[in-house]
Amino acid sequence: MDADLIVQILFAAIKTGTPLLFIALGEVICEKSGILNLGQEGMMLMGAVVGFLAAYGSGNMGFGVLAAMAMGAFMSLLFAVLVLHVGANQVATGLALTIFGTGLSAFVGADFVGKTLQGFQPIPLPLLSDIPYLGRVLFSHDILVYFSFVMTIALIYVVNKTRIGLTLKAVGENPHAANAIGIKVLRVRYLAVMFGGAMAGLSGAYMSLVYTPMWVEGMTAGRGWIALALVVFASWRVGRIMLGAYLFGLASIMHLVLQGLGWSISPNLLAMLPYVATVIVMVIIGADHFKEKLLAPRSLGKPFDPRNMA
Amino acid sequence: MIRIQARTEPSNIMKVASPLIAIVLTLIFGSILFSAIGKSPTQALQVLLIAPLADSYNIGEMLVKMGPLLLCAVGLSLCYRANMWNIGAEGQLLAGALGGSAVALFFIHSESVFALPLTLIAGIVSGMLWAAVPTFLKLQFNSNLILTTIMFNYIALYLLIWAVHGPLRDPEGYGFPESAIFADSTLLPTLFEGSRIHLGILFAIFAGFVGWFILTKTHLGFQIRVFGADEPAARYAGFNSKKLSWFVMLFAGGLAGLAGVAETTGPIGQLTPNISPGYGYSAIIVAYLGRLHPIGAIVAAIFMAVLYMGGDLAQIEMGIPVAVVSMFQGVLLFFLLACDFFINNRFINTNNQATN
Repeated sequence: MDADLIVQILFAAIKTGTPLLFIALGEVICEKSGILNLGQEGMMLMGAVVGFLAAYGSGNMGFGVLAAMAMGAFMSLLFAVLVLHVGANQVATGLALTIFGTGLSAFVGADFVGKTLQGFQPIPLPLLSDIPYLGRVLFSHDILVYFSFVMTIALIYVVNKTRIGLTLKAVGENPHAANAIGIKVLRVRYLAVMFGGAMAGLSGAYMSLVYTPMWVEGMTAGRGWIALALVVFASWRVGRIMLGAYLFGLASIMHLVLQGLGWSISPNLLAMLPYVATVIVMVIIGADHFKEKLLAPRSLGKPFDPRNMA
Repeated sequence: MIRIQARTEPSNIMKVASPLIAIVLTLIFGSILFSAIGKSPTQALQVLLIAPLADSYNIGEMLVKMGPLLLCAVGLSLCYRANMWNIGAEGQLLAGALGGSAVALFFIHSESVFALPLTLIAGIVSGMLWAAVPTFLKLQFNSNLILTTIMFNYIALYLLIWAVHGPLRDPEGYGFPESAIFADSTLLPTLFEGSRIHLGILFAIFAGFVGWFILTKTHLGFQIRVFGADEPAARYAGFNSKKLSWFVMLFAGGLAGLAGVAETTGPIGQLTPNISPGYGYSAIIVAYLGRLHPIGAIVAAIFMAVLYMGGDLAQIEMGIPVAVVSMFQGVLLFFLLACDFFINNRFINTNNQATN
């Protein structure tokens, strides 16, 4: 395997990992507020189809991205109302959101299957993309990949260094204490859930506007679920999510690597790799139960009703 | 002013009424949607819900779709009662189809009477195995069951696709990714002349009653119910949670496997990559709609099968995308969760208290 091929593989791993990065960044913020939203796959699919339709109809890619994010946020708002106000079970509601989004996206996009778009084009950054090897791996991407870099760094800063991050963590760790010191727990959770939804929509838009770029029913192929595993894998740390997303991206393009090594394995068997990798990751994390308990937001998945706090 | 108040006792009326209200709300939502895309809502609902029951052929096709939905939903009902979030019925169904088909192809030139039973057993065992791995990983390594079962759905799908492109492909099939057509000795007998209603549908209804019997008449079922209602109490009573988990998962996996092998040896007659239009996922909704009760699942499975059948008809007759079915399913589950809120809560009028 020569250096050129390695550069190509790493470039592809970043591109493949980017939708995972977007959606997992959204989910980690949501989970830090104590809410587990299993509707990622549904929101992502809705983002993908709405983003595609908006971009296809308007001819404006940026509008497609914004529409996808708005759709994702709206979907997550449905989830948030049911979970935060109606007191529905988070697991069941999240599943319902995924089933709903899968069905609705297929319905909405039925007439657009097979149509293609120009998609976002790569913009090599001046100077940076001239760095040997590294420039081609990191700085020869499309604008959304750069946005994902900026987003990751911004979130690391916000979560770890600002009052907003502290508030978010307080709500997720101990909503009762947070409530007692005057934090509006439900408002924080609404915002966190909707941020997660917008990021899931963005992730979907990346699939339908950059990665393929077209709309196919069920095109996210479980990435919303893999993102949920990714958050646990990253121990709820924003920086590690980036690393994890690219590792999963690498697992998804393993056929390139193996071709490079001169192996030939059925592409259908290789297609299992990201899913098998996710299972292995779940086993490794789960086996270290004590550590997982220690790192997870303490109120994750548990309902909080301020009306019961007389 | 109208306020919401927690009920002191869960409402038994709402437990039954909630799915019905959810269905009505879903139909209203659907009517609005059909109007929005310029289709007549009355005609659409007629095609979706009435036409599937209009003649004996349609009823037969509807029952063919009910079989796998019911088999999967009965198992899931028991799983969810025991707090085992098994989302893997789809993968277990595909594994059953794959394992069963491998045995059916082994018997392709055989007329042995054992061919069909062995094929079915292979399907059931394959489904059980596919459920056993995530169960083991959960009990041994505490891995998240929801995520592992979903990952196993995808793994089963790619395994199936690989098999029909490779080892199980029909050597005389012009390269199509399909197995050879099974011998008659491995096909499920049909129950009526000229219809596709096969023995698998009786298995499904039988499974519903077995599930009901286990849940309501056995000590094991009692343990499952206590476990779902109050886990600490169940532990205090010394119930063996591992044993219960294994039982419900293997039961569900076996039934889903049977559903898969009954599809390939029943209406399809060979192994193809698209043997399931998401029956395993829809069964989650069937289980909830049937109130996690095996007999309720029978009623809910009929409703869902009508919807599937109606979706096919709506596609043919009105050009409505068949995806309308999965959209209806998702909306239905949403409304159901919202309506279930009123099992434990109710509206009260606070005006009287305010004037006092």
